[in-house]
Amino acid sequence: MKLSEKETEILEILEEDSRLTAETISKMIGLSVEETEKLISGLEEKKIIVDYATTIDWKKVDGHEGVTAMIDVKVAPKRGVGFDEIAERIYRFNEVKSVYLMSGAYDLSVVIEGKTMTDIARFVSEKLSALDSVLSTTTHFILKKYKHDGVIFDQDDKDKRIVVSP
Amino acid sequence: MKTINTYLSKTVMDIKPSGIRKFFDLAAKMDGVISLGVGEPDFVTPWNAREACIISLEQGFTSYTANAGLYELREKISEYLYKQFDLQYDPGEEIIVTVGASQALDIAFRSIINKDDEVLIIEPCFVSYAPLVTLAGGKPVSVSTFGENEFKVDTNELERHITSKTKAIMLCTPNNPTGTVLSKKELEAVADIAKRYDLLVVADEIYAELCYEKEYVSMPSIEGMKERTILISGFSKGFAMTGWRLGYVAADRTFARAMLKIHQYSVMCAPTMAQYAAIEALQNNRDDVEYMRKSYLRRRNFIVQSLNEAGLYCHIPGGAFYAFPSIKSTGLSSEEFAEKLLLQEKVAVVPGSVFGKSGEGYIRCSYASSMEQLQEAMKRIHRFVESLY
Repeated sequence: MKLSEKETEILEILEEDSRLTAETISKMIGLSVEETEKLISGLEEKKIIVDYATTIDWKKVDGHEGVTAMIDVKVAPKRGVGFDEIAERIYRFNEVKSVYLMSGAYDLSVVIEGKTMTDIARFVSEKLSALDSVLSTTTHFILKKYKHDGVIFDQDDKDKRIVVSP
Repeated sequence: MKTINTYLSKTVMDIKPSGIRKFFDLAAKMDGVISLGVGEPDFVTPWNAREACIISLEQGFTSYTANAGLYELREKISEYLYKQFDLQYDPGEEIIVTVGASQALDIAFRSIINKDDEVLIIEPCFVSYAPLVTLAGGKPVSVSTFGENEFKVDTNELERHITSKTKAIMLCTPNNPTGTVLSKKELEAVADIAKRYDLLVVADEIYAELCYEKEYVSMPSIEGMKERTILISGFSKGFAMTGWRLGYVAADRTFARAMLKIHQYSVMCAPTMAQYAAIEALQNNRDDVEYMRKSYLRRRNFIVQSLNEAGLYCHIPGGAFYAFPSIKSTGLSSEEFAEKLLLQEKVAVVPGSVFGKSGEGYIRCSYASSMEQLQEAMKRIHRFVESLY
């Protein structure tokens, strides 16, 4: 989809900080507040802006440690629908946080979140492997998140500049 | 023993300390200050450039380089100046890598000034020009520009200050503190005067990468100006490398040879590890520079509109990362305004008077801060201005 320059600017701004108000953004790109609001709603309707999510380091919150696993899934694609049908069967589960079709040694990369390793083991054996088209799975548990979607978890972002300089 | 002061050089004694110092001392002691007084990028140097420096240290490149700098770096600077600004400088003889643009300015003035030569300094401007001219034995002559004219060079005013002693014009575009960028036509008007009166131009283009106009024109690209211009630039602003102290000077070989003499005896060469980082920056940071430029541009739009809404008239600065609004409507001097604003609302700005007489009535607000901070600062400034009425 071809977007206008202003729409692209709005996307770049929101991707960095989705908390900025339409009023602030309107000043940044030189449009009126109304025009900016209209463009933002348009982008939301077109599902170009899919969601405004917050990156949270749950590991720091007691009782919310959780477990994340990346599962390499080999599947048998079906005539006519290719991988889409089986991908949909998988992503409908709430535990599944992302699903990607991959090139290379396996077909789908599935990211799963659960409370414990047992939760994930159960999901893989009872739900995922039980699907007709799934040929095999390889589960990798994530031990520590350093950087996620471009965000470094323990970044020192203190301003190190002197307060006033020429 | 005599009073200790009498041992000092008279020239140094006569130089006033920078007016910025006072605000630094005041702001540094306070908690919760939002500073719009910072004259440097809020970005950290891109990682690949930092890594290139680390690798150079690991590999043991810790010795001197050639006086003029690593040849590879000069070659890259030469290619860069050609590609970005359509300038042609021979990396072998016309480019010197310096310790920041500040040292480039120093050797530029020292290489051309004879005792009592006059240098026309277009103000408001960066605080170092006049003292460096004085230290080189010359006489700085202030030439004002005016807010009503968006601080563009006033050629009549410029011409009015030319005497038989005038040697050079000091010009900075995009300008610190006004953000004003000179168009090709405006540069040509200055070039015309330089040619007519046989003057040199020292062109500080350290903010050239941060230009938001359609086109940026570099002084030495104007016809007949390469041989009259000493071009000052560096990596500090566009590449977010202030602390590395790495700049360069490019000029016709006659000037470059003279500057190299001063450079080799005073600093030998610029720091080697910083030079390796700069090679990497020129090679692989084009996208980062563009990303930062865009980010400043959006913040500029925000701050300029917000200042105008707060009742502080502000022209649209074409470059750098400074807004320079007028505070004349408040009836305060720029120093009073800055001091009151700091004490009352904890926002640090720099009074325009620090940058020359014609900066009085204005304040410099750097927008090299996060949007979060800028939004809060604008709220506070708005509240402050309202409290004055």
